[in-house]
Amino acid sequence: MESLYAVTTGVLSACGLFLTLRGRTFPVVVGLTLLSYAVNLFLFSMGGLTTDGAVIVDGPSDYADPLPQALVLTAIVIGFAMTAFAVILAMRARGDLGNDHVDGEDNREDRAS
Amino acid sequence: MILPWIPLLALLGVVVPLLTRQRGRRFCSLATAAPAILALLLVFSQVPALLAGDLPRFQLAWVPQLGLDLAFRLDGLSLLFVSLILGIGLLILLYAHYYLEAHEPFARFYSFLMLFMLSMVGIVMADNLLLLWLFWELTSLSSFLLIGFWSHWTDARKGARMALTVTGAGGLALLAGLLLLGDMAGSFDLGVVLESREAILADPRYPLMLVLVLLGAFTKSAQFPFHFWLPHAMAAPTPVSAYLHSATMVKAGIFLMARLHPAIAGSEAWELIVTLTGMATLLYGAWFALLKTDLKAILAFSTVSHLGLITVLLGIGSPLAILAALFHILNHATFKAALFMSAGIIDHETGTRELGRLGGLRRAMPVTALLTSLTAAAMAGVPLFNGFLSKEMFFAEAAASPLLGGLSWLLPVLATLGGILSVAYSLRLVHAVFFKPARKAPPKSPHEPPRLMRAPVELLAALCVLVGLLPVIAEVPLGLAVEAVLLTPLEFHLAIWHGLNLPLLMSVIALIAGVLLYALHAHLRQFGRQFSPMDARLIFEGAVQRLMTWSERLTVRLENGSLQRYMSWLLGAALLLGAIGLLQLPSLAGARPTQEADGILLLGAALMIFGALGTVATHRYRLISLLMLSVVGLVVSLTFARFSAPDLALTQLSVEVVTMILLMLALFFLPQKTPRESSAGRNIRDLGLAASLGMVVASLNYAVLTRDNHGISDFFIANSVPGGGGHNVVNVILVDFRGFDTLGEITVLALAGLAIFKLLNRLRLFMPHSDGEGRVWSPDRYPLILTSVSQALLPLALLVSAFIFLRGHNLPGGGFIAGLITAVALILVYMARGVEWTQQRLDFQYQPVAIAGVAIATLTGLGSWLFGRPFLTSAFGHFHIPAIGDIELATAMLFDLGVYLAVVGATLMILANLGKLTTPHRPSKEEKH
Repeated sequence: MESLYAVTTGVLSACGLFLTLRGRTFPVVVGLTLLSYAVNLFLFSMGGLTTDGAVIVDGPSDYADPLPQALVLTAIVIGFAMTAFAVILAMRARGDLGNDHVDGEDNREDRAS
Repeated sequence: MILPWIPLLALLGVVVPLLTRQRGRRFCSLATAAPAILALLLVFSQVPALLAGDLPRFQLAWVPQLGLDLAFRLDGLSLLFVSLILGIGLLILLYAHYYLEAHEPFARFYSFLMLFMLSMVGIVMADNLLLLWLFWELTSLSSFLLIGFWSHWTDARKGARMALTVTGAGGLALLAGLLLLGDMAGSFDLGVVLESREAILADPRYPLMLVLVLLGAFTKSAQFPFHFWLPHAMAAPTPVSAYLHSATMVKAGIFLMARLHPAIAGSEAWELIVTLTGMATLLYGAWFALLKTDLKAILAFSTVSHLGLITVLLGIGSPLAILAALFHILNHATFKAALFMSAGIIDHETGTRELGRLGGLRRAMPVTALLTSLTAAAMAGVPLFNGFLSKEMFFAEAAASPLLGGLSWLLPVLATLGGILSVAYSLRLVHAVFFKPARKAPPKSPHEPPRLMRAPVELLAALCVLVGLLPVIAEVPLGLAVEAVLLTPLEFHLAIWHGLNLPLLMSVIALIAGVLLYALHAHLRQFGRQFSPMDARLIFEGAVQRLMTWSERLTVRLENGSLQRYMSWLLGAALLLGAIGLLQLPSLAGARPTQEADGILLLGAALMIFGALGTVATHRYRLISLLMLSVVGLVVSLTFARFSAPDLALTQLSVEVVTMILLMLALFFLPQKTPRESSAGRNIRDLGLAASLGMVVASLNYAVLTRDNHGISDFFIANSVPGGGGHNVVNVILVDFRGFDTLGEITVLALAGLAIFKLLNRLRLFMPHSDGEGRVWSPDRYPLILTSVSQALLPLALLVSAFIFLRGHNLPGGGFIAGLITAVALILVYMARGVEWTQQRLDFQYQPVAIAGVAIATLTGLGSWLFGRPFLTSAFGHFHIPAIGDIELATAMLFDLGVYLAVVGATLMILANLGKLTTPHRPSKEEKH
């Protein structure tokens, strides 16, 4: 189970990172979203993977680690804010510059090798 | 309490000229002089106390954690220097009053000059090593301003930059040295440091400290091989050269060596380094003084040479050598300041400083000729002038020093050689300017300067003669200063005649050979010309240029404006660091037994991997890619549910909905497809980078998952109910234990919302009426079923969110999730009915909602101050409400309400404003309800 989880996180990160290296804004935003899924899963697993663990304090039992959960919960919301900001910035860039290349101008790829 | 007033008055002097410049130069000069005169009087008022054996000190803690105190002292050494600095400073002020042209910004000049005076006074009076260093750096900065005063002139700018670079670098070395020194002595207090000699000399870091401190002193005092900045600093106006480069700044390094002498001197390393450096400087400076043809350059190199002489004496370090060093500091300051001012007068009245264009000036400027001859005689060490006395003491000490063992006879020989050279260049200076017939006429017809411009020179020349004839008058200040350096009083007597002895013989040889050398000096210059002189400025400027070119190239390579380039560098670095970390693990798998995977997990993982790979594979078709992405998001939410995190699952689910709506809305305004533009090589590079990083992430994750962790979560679980009054630990952590973090996070959320609102303001975008394939969007914008369902769902959804909110402290839920559910329900209405319809019914702005949320959360936190508790302390209690029953209320709930409002406000601010772009109602400043 642990290896499966780790492989999934790795694939998600790799896919997200590949997309953030693209030259157009929208795939970069999609890549960031994918990457934040991976990061959240990674952080979440820092407390170990607990199946059927208790989360509500009600007498002694086997608890799931609450701290990573709390951290990831805010990370999800912040991640949304960041994605939103990035995508709106991309729209604004397209509106003001007339293209959706990450560097604000077309045909930059040759120079950026 | 008098001591701090001395630097404070100098500080006042910085401001005075700027305040009084409107009232004319005469008034401004007088007003600037007043604080300095007052400060000098204050210094003299302390003399009786010093003579009585007291040590006036003042101390005020400044940054006690660092050991930095605002501490001043006035011992004999400080007295000698502070009188020189203030006294010569006043003379320079008088001189500058006449020297500067009418159109030049005199007030600024005075202000810089006083700033420099302040920093010098600070150095010599500081009673704390760190404070001393602060003032030390201030001299570098203020001298930069002064040297570059004629900033329209390249030489001035370059000279100033060179001086700043050299002395600034030395200053950094000095800081390191002083920090080490303070560490060895256990305190930065000068009194403690001066008495910790044994501990300092025994410390293994002593050699390092010594080298660093000496680097600071040598760069400041223009010792070989750091001397090269001084001749180039001659681009400064002459009052500056006279003040900084004869009497004060270049003496700061000498002062430092004298000041720290009781603590760090006397070791073999000190004696060798300091004496030999000084001797090299003495000869090097004297040789070039003889070859130069610019008046100020001659004086600059002779200054270098005399500084070397003083350094040799400090290196020899016997009590009489210290006395000679201090005496020569005093003498050199008097005759060199006078000579610089004379050079300035000659420059001012003839328009040139080149020896080739000067000559025969004794007819036009008889008084200046006399004054220059007297002070140059002092510089040459002619008997009956003050320079003779200290120079003879120097010869005596050089002859007596056993420093070089069997080669010790070299020291007096080299000293005599220095003496010969100094006689020769002094003679040349006077003869070539005033007596030799002129070959060319100077640019201006020469005449005597204004009476008062000459007054400072007259005063200093008189002092040269007076001390030369009656050395007794210098005994009192020198006695005090020597006592401060040696820490014990020294019995001595200054006399002109010591009988026929070796030093006298050396003086006679120097005089005779010097005259001969000058007679032969035409041949000598011929000889000197064979060696192409290393122009320090060319080398320095070349180094600066090379550095600039390199850094420019590096910057262009690293920073070419391409985000992709930055990302790949960043990811490459992350890959490297992560891989290094992994390489150091003994084995990837830890000791913790792994758990079995079941079919559902396999299915979930397969779906997620499929979704992720699909997102990448279809990324050029953006809508499909987005749909693939949403598959991943949903399975992530299920994963949280599977691994006992219901709060996370709920949050992820609602965020997922909001994110997808947002991305689809944005996609509506962006191109529907990504052009194929990455080259194959680029794609392979990116794939390789991403895949390797993915492997690193997977390995790291696996390594963590198979190891036992001992977190701090037991604390939260144990204290959730007794400390936070809630059974849902996650929520209690969010609103109570780590409430401050949450406050920060909702602030970020609200800020992102506001930033997006501003970004969308007046955004003009092309509104497509067909999709990527060219199909026209349906004219039926609001489908009937959705409309009806959304309207019916709204109250239900609000009810659910209220329920989730209220139970959040004890069961899965809370402000974040409730806020997201409310936001989703409202967005659904927007989507089903359109912005216009909804806005008519929901007539309010979302920005105030988000801000109110952050404000409520902050106020809840501040509320605990009213009860004398730290920020964000929560309180809770049980209340019995009739008909509803026993409920538990906590202030954390109020905080959670703030979270709720911030989430609703920010989310809707983002989406509703984005939605408005699709309508004629675009968000803009004019739109006010």
